[in-house]
Amino acid sequence: MSKLRTAVLGTGQTHHRAKRTDVSMPGLLREAVDRAMADAGVDWPDIDAVVVGKAPDMFEGVMMPELSLADALGAVGKPLLRVHTAGSVGGSTALVAASLVQAGVHQRVLTVAFEKQSESNAMWALSILPPFQMPVGAGAGGYFAPHVRSYIRRSGAPEHIGAVVAAKDRRQGALNPYAHLRQPDITVDSVRASKMLWDPIRYDETCPSSDGACAMVLGDEAAGDAVEGGAAWITATAMRTEPTTFAGRDQVNPQAGRDAAAALWREAGITDPMSEVDTAEIYVPFSWFEPMWLENLGFAKEGEGWRVTEAGDTALGGRLPVNPSGGVLSSNPIGASGMLRFSEAAKQVMGRAGDYQVDGARVALGHAYGGGSQYFAMWLVSADKP
Amino acid sequence: MTDVAVVGFAQAPQVRRTHGTTNGVEMLVPVFADLFEQTGLSKKDIGFWCSGSSDYLAGRAFSFIAAIDAIGAFPPINESHVEMDAAWALYEAWLKIRTGEVETALVYGFGKSSAGQLRRVLSLQLDPYVTAPLWPDSVSIAGIQARLGLDAGLWNEKDLAEVASRSRRDAENNPFAQVRGTEGAPELLAAPYVAEPLRAHDIAPVTDGAAAIVLASARRAADLVERPAIITGIDHRVDSSAIGARDLTRSPSTETAGARAGAGEDPVQIAEIHAPFSHQELIVREALGLGGDVRVTPSGGALTGNPMFSAGLIRIGEAARQILAGNAIRTLAHATSGPALQQNLVAVLEKG
Repeated sequence: MSKLRTAVLGTGQTHHRAKRTDVSMPGLLREAVDRAMADAGVDWPDIDAVVVGKAPDMFEGVMMPELSLADALGAVGKPLLRVHTAGSVGGSTALVAASLVQAGVHQRVLTVAFEKQSESNAMWALSILPPFQMPVGAGAGGYFAPHVRSYIRRSGAPEHIGAVVAAKDRRQGALNPYAHLRQPDITVDSVRASKMLWDPIRYDETCPSSDGACAMVLGDEAAGDAVEGGAAWITATAMRTEPTTFAGRDQVNPQAGRDAAAALWREAGITDPMSEVDTAEIYVPFSWFEPMWLENLGFAKEGEGWRVTEAGDTALGGRLPVNPSGGVLSSNPIGASGMLRFSEAAKQVMGRAGDYQVDGARVALGHAYGGGSQYFAMWLVSADKP
Repeated sequence: MTDVAVVGFAQAPQVRRTHGTTNGVEMLVPVFADLFEQTGLSKKDIGFWCSGSSDYLAGRAFSFIAAIDAIGAFPPINESHVEMDAAWALYEAWLKIRTGEVETALVYGFGKSSAGQLRRVLSLQLDPYVTAPLWPDSVSIAGIQARLGLDAGLWNEKDLAEVASRSRRDAENNPFAQVRGTEGAPELLAAPYVAEPLRAHDIAPVTDGAAAIVLASARRAADLVERPAIITGIDHRVDSSAIGARDLTRSPSTETAGARAGAGEDPVQIAEIHAPFSHQELIVREALGLGGDVRVTPSGGALTGNPMFSAGLIRIGEAARQILAGNAIRTLAHATSGPALQQNLVAVLEKG
């Protein structure tokens, strides 16, 4: 038995900012949900189930917020699931929602992911030291900086590559009306002149901390067929997990990411991702993760991802535009960031990406990772029905 | 779509306090070993892993990540997590097998309630802008719910004590239970109130614990066990979080989930109900339309041990175990989450 055909019918997201003091949590979610439902052309009676995702509850200081959000999400009387897989959660949430349709249980599912980081303090929430575990106590940047340094040493990449990514993503983000950071005038030189935070990661190479939400309506084959201008068909999905720490782990090029990508390409029947994928929304919270994930995903050979970036192939107009929306470097509401990657991929193949539309995009990747580079979720969407 | 069956169930002892870490690893390792022995499967045979737990019980972010150390997740695994009782993780795994992507799944839940003050922690499930700042705790809210039923004449205090008495008596035969007792209802009624009209025996004890279930496609299940417990229906629904706007003496989400799972289509012999308060068993029985001939929660249920985030999964495990062991041919399991029975899941299982 195989998965039933499933499509993205519409997407929506909030305006992302450091503090959305103008809305409550339910208000923030409804901003994204209302846009997604309008984009999909559906109303509440059309929605069979709701799947919610976000990163740790301590980011907002509310235990299992889906319970108190049930009314705002129109979930009362319906099934409501709450997914949590660290930073990859936005992607995993979309995959669980998709499986509700793929398994033939529901026809239309609303899925939404969010983070209202200003309600609490993410740095605090991530710095609680549990007993018997290795303390890092350095925030995400401090945790990932040695991986980046290791990548540079292993690949021989020149030190400006990170700045190339940051300048590209921020300039692309300036084309996205929902982006948190919009910096059309940023340059490689200005990024390189910014403050060093966690060597080799500079201030302008880090993601912001955002309040925001993202929502999508997914539907079955009949619902997908009815989408004006064409739906985004989900052609493959994959999730993989490995432990945070053990001696044999490669944190620069994690096995879980490679396995997930291999499973994804296999399911979609793709043998050469670089030539068969038109655009990719990849989870890049620190700029150097673009070349690292290009290799992990199989777009470039190991050690050569930075050459693809340096050649300009990942910019809008290049061979494989990466993060045309501006990506995580332009907006990072953590729980929603993965779903934003998935929904931006869908927007591209639906031709709904506005000023950052990739010409002729038919096949797009949405990618998310989380934890200490150990949780991976990804999907491939296509303008063509599988 | 592919039918899915429960082929194995294991649990940790339900205890007031463990000395293990909050990520459940010490509790989960023996549980997984038990499951692998029951099914003859090994780690590499599991197509999908899914867990249910809560960071708030652990008092830290991302507690579920460390829990996968109990699996030994290398080579990497196909895995997911819900911040809910693991009964809902089982639902996600059920979907995964239904799609045909995998043939087997291992579902687990864990929680160390003793790490904090459970009734205060659960207050943080309430609406954060209006209700949570008032700190109404979970036991007090349940007390209000019980009082509404008393005032409406739906039950009396003796009815509650009888639920508790039967549960404690049944737990005498459950080696995993935390609380046991042979007192009859009149003896229990002599105890003082904790949150009027609830007495200590009407309230699930604070419990640490863990549990796990192996699911398999019906085809695969037939190779693994003699009498797989096929999930013939499963559904879950949520009610409003506005406690004051709900009729707390009813559970519409259980009614809908039960109907959608096919609970009323044929009589069930055994129903494992997840009722952390004695009056909630009466509400759920009513919502599911269970007749007097249905054997209710022979394990003793949540009143005799309520490991948060696995207690709902344990109900499915116990309902399945009755089929696996040859004691029944059709059983029902119910799981709940949230204040005053806000969210409910119902599964119906049948001998394959």
